Amino acid sequence: MSPRFEPSFEPISGRYLHLELLGKPHRLYVEEAGHGIPLLCLHTAGSDARQYRGLMNDERITKNFRVIAFDMPWHGKSSPPAGWQDAEYQLTSRDYVRMIVEVADALALDRPVAMGCSIGGRIVLHLAHEVPERFRALIGLESAAFTAPYYDLSWLNRPDVHGGMVCAGVVSGLVAPTAPAEGRWETLWHYMQSGPGVFKGDLYFYMIDGDIRGKLGEIDIARCPMFFLTGEYDYSCTAEGTLAVADRLGAEAVIMKDLGHFPMSENPEKFNGYLLPVLEKIRAL
Amino acid sequence: MLDTIAGVVNADANLVRRGRFVDTTFLIAIDEAHTLIRIQEGRVTEVTPGPFITPNYSFALRAPRAVWEKFWQPLPPLGFTDIFALVKLKLMQVEGDLHPFMSNLLYFKDVIAAPRRGVAR
Repeated sequence: MSPRFEPSFEPISGRYLHLELLGKPHRLYVEEAGHGIPLLCLHTAGSDARQYRGLMNDERITKNFRVIAFDMPWHGKSSPPAGWQDAEYQLTSRDYVRMIVEVADALALDRPVAMGCSIGGRIVLHLAHEVPERFRALIGLESAAFTAPYYDLSWLNRPDVHGGMVCAGVVSGLVAPTAPAEGRWETLWHYMQSGPGVFKGDLYFYMIDGDIRGKLGEIDIARCPMFFLTGEYDYSCTAEGTLAVADRLGAEAVIMKDLGHFPMSENPEKFNGYLLPVLEKIRAL
Repeated sequence: MLDTIAGVVNADANLVRRGRFVDTTFLIAIDEAHTLIRIQEGRVTEVTPGPFITPNYSFALRAPRAVWEKFWQPLPPLGFTDIFALVKLKLMQVEGDLHPFMSNLLYFKDVIAAPRRGVAR
């Protein structure tokens, strides 16, 4: 007989937040764990806040940080706004910045740290450019100033192709080949559950509207410190892309061994080992 | 390099299950060496080396031999782990009717990477 598996709850709590976002009423799902400096986590395109459960379950992090992650509208357990059926979802830089600031305000967060991955790693650059005074520090995971489309995005949302399966198929190669199977397939499951056209709509920001190459020179990390972490196997936001951004800004960047584009969900234990020293630096600011 | 693909795929019952709706022929080009791979109900049923005069296939993946050799290593070097990585770097071309490929992308990625998994025949 196998040993008895004792039931237990994780220290994560989740609630639905009603707020006005981008001028419309919204219902957002928000999870959090821990106490201390607010650490607002931003998920990747076409996924949701579950990606950050490895942080919220790590006491080394939650003893000093209040880790908060919300599902963006259309994602995870957050609803799209009423009337969503009448338009195609498309994320823009302007809306994305406003959304993060409005969520931070709704949660009454005092100069949180914002940490985002992929599209989230891009938007922290926009936050540094637009509203640096609102944040204690910014952490970019898989950050690059721009990624051009390298496949036909129309495959991601058409009735004759299973949207969840094709989205997972597209991103599957971005997970490090050395990732544990459980982390790999949980990461892909989040993509398989994405609503129709949501990943594609997020990629409008990532591959078209969110190009920030022309504004990097206007970012001053003295106004808001920035830190960058990128997995070596990420061919979408490459190590070279991250190092170029960090060099330009004079910020610190670490290329993480054996990790890919989804470090916090594909291999949480290994990722937290890279994140903890960054969080210690932020505590000392 | 493709002599193991049928054995590896067909011995993997879960991979065959995942491809149970796939019925197509695709082409792999290693430099100018072409091979047609026939898939029926998720199984590799024919592997036909060229040259061909009028090959009939839905989609093709074309890359230089040196690229395929890296891609098929058990743990490929950085940048050679995935078809889309190679496409992004313009080291591989995927062309033709991509519908069977894209609508079964996770399946085809594993089929095409099957030679990594060794010597099964």
